[in-house]
Amino acid sequence: MPMIRIPPVLRPQTGGQAEVAAEGANVGEVLRALTSAHPDTESQLFGAEGDLNRYVNVYLNDEDVRVLSGLDTEVSDTDTIVILPAMAGGAPRIA
Amino acid sequence: MTPTSTEPTLDQVKEQIDEIEPAAARDELAADSAITLIDTREPHEYAEAHVDGAVLVPPIEVASRIDQVAPDTGQRLILYCRSGARSARAAAKLEALGYESVSSVAGGILAWTEQGLPVIETEGLTKDQRERYSRHTLLPEVGVEGQIKMLNTKVLLLGAGGLGAPTALYLAAAGIGTIGIVDDDVVDESNLQRQVIHSTERVGMPKTKSARIQIESLNPDINVIEHRVRLNADNILDIIADYDIVVDGADNFPTRYLLNDASVRLRKPVVSASILAFDGQISTFMPFEGPCYRCLYPTPPPPEMAPSCGAAGVLGVMAGVMGLLQANEVIKLVLGIGDPLIGRLLLYESLGTRFTELKVRRDPACPICGPDAPEIPESEMGKFPDYELFCAA
Repeated sequence: MPMIRIPPVLRPQTGGQAEVAAEGANVGEVLRALTSAHPDTESQLFGAEGDLNRYVNVYLNDEDVRVLSGLDTEVSDTDTIVILPAMAGGAPRIA
Repeated sequence: MTPTSTEPTLDQVKEQIDEIEPAAARDELAADSAITLIDTREPHEYAEAHVDGAVLVPPIEVASRIDQVAPDTGQRLILYCRSGARSARAAAKLEALGYESVSSVAGGILAWTEQGLPVIETEGLTKDQRERYSRHTLLPEVGVEGQIKMLNTKVLLLGAGGLGAPTALYLAAAGIGTIGIVDDDVVDESNLQRQVIHSTERVGMPKTKSARIQIESLNPDINVIEHRVRLNADNILDIIADYDIVVDGADNFPTRYLLNDASVRLRKPVVSASILAFDGQISTFMPFEGPCYRCLYPTPPPPEMAPSCGAAGVLGVMAGVMGLLQANEVIKLVLGIGDPLIGRLLLYESLGTRFTELKVRRDPACPICGPDAPEIPESEMGKFPDYELFCAA
């Protein structure tokens, strides 16, 4: 089953799990399996239209799904999907 | 190794081995690039001046390291030291190990230079600098030339906080000649768990000043420029214009997008990292050569997806790990060595001690570094389309 790597900001919504296994033939199905199992992740991953939120990057192994076939990108059992939101931690109050 | 009474005298050694005059050695080396030239002095002597192409093998390591330098005992070896004594003894040792064609330069590098033959000198470094940076200049990838490049480089650090603190310390130690620091904050007790450039007695002091004190005590070569301001669209272009490389350790998205937009306009490389809790990210953005920050993250996340270290906490060590990866990137860019993280995003998870590398590609639709961006007229410089929007949010 493909593995999904959960970023720290989403872990409260997956019960603290850093990796979740989810069934699916393509990226969209795997992510939908994640949101079914952990419904609180849905609004953070998907917009109202059912598209991926633009501020969430999704990688199939090391490749951005945007340069593949997006949510339709095929996934095999040994693949890893990485969910990656931008992070800004560092020095406080520069601007 | 000091000679003992049981060891042969230098005269006896020189009778056993072959000595070659400097000019003859030079001619032989020029005619045959397969010859191995070995400098049998100490590293600091080698760093000051050595013959081009010479491999350093200090006297005490001759027997143990010769295998790596010349695995074949039939290899032609020419040895030199300062005056010809240490290389003569090394030559005798190598002959005893079975090397068949070993010569020692008579009179060493002293005779070599007296005869006007060329050496690579640490020109441009003072005696103190040669000593201070000797571990750098010994590295062929750095050398004296690379060290001089570093001393002539100006790096701007956004923030003297978690990431900026270790980056500043190591860049200063490395001899990055000018270090600018943008920070308008003062040192707080809660900073000291990770911001190692500051100290308990400097709590309450402006961070730029505290950082300057620490940098100057570590390395008086460094020119520290304090920018005690907040970056905004009006001042950023002026501030970054004078620097060669910008190191981004800001903790908020408006600053990251602002810096990206300005650095792409001015074609300044940015080494960008961020940390949160037990996780870190780092990439190097080289305008028009690789993707920019907006290619990677076209829009910032909503606040609930972007907690700050102040709100969510951060393991202090993460600042050190990611800050030093940034310093490493900076030095590689300055020296033009290795593979910088251009088009690559490196993730580090400290709990799993796991690095993950992701590909980042240029976005053809990027509003900042896409095909239309260089066409933006001068009058539009410094105007960042959606920056005000982020700020309002």
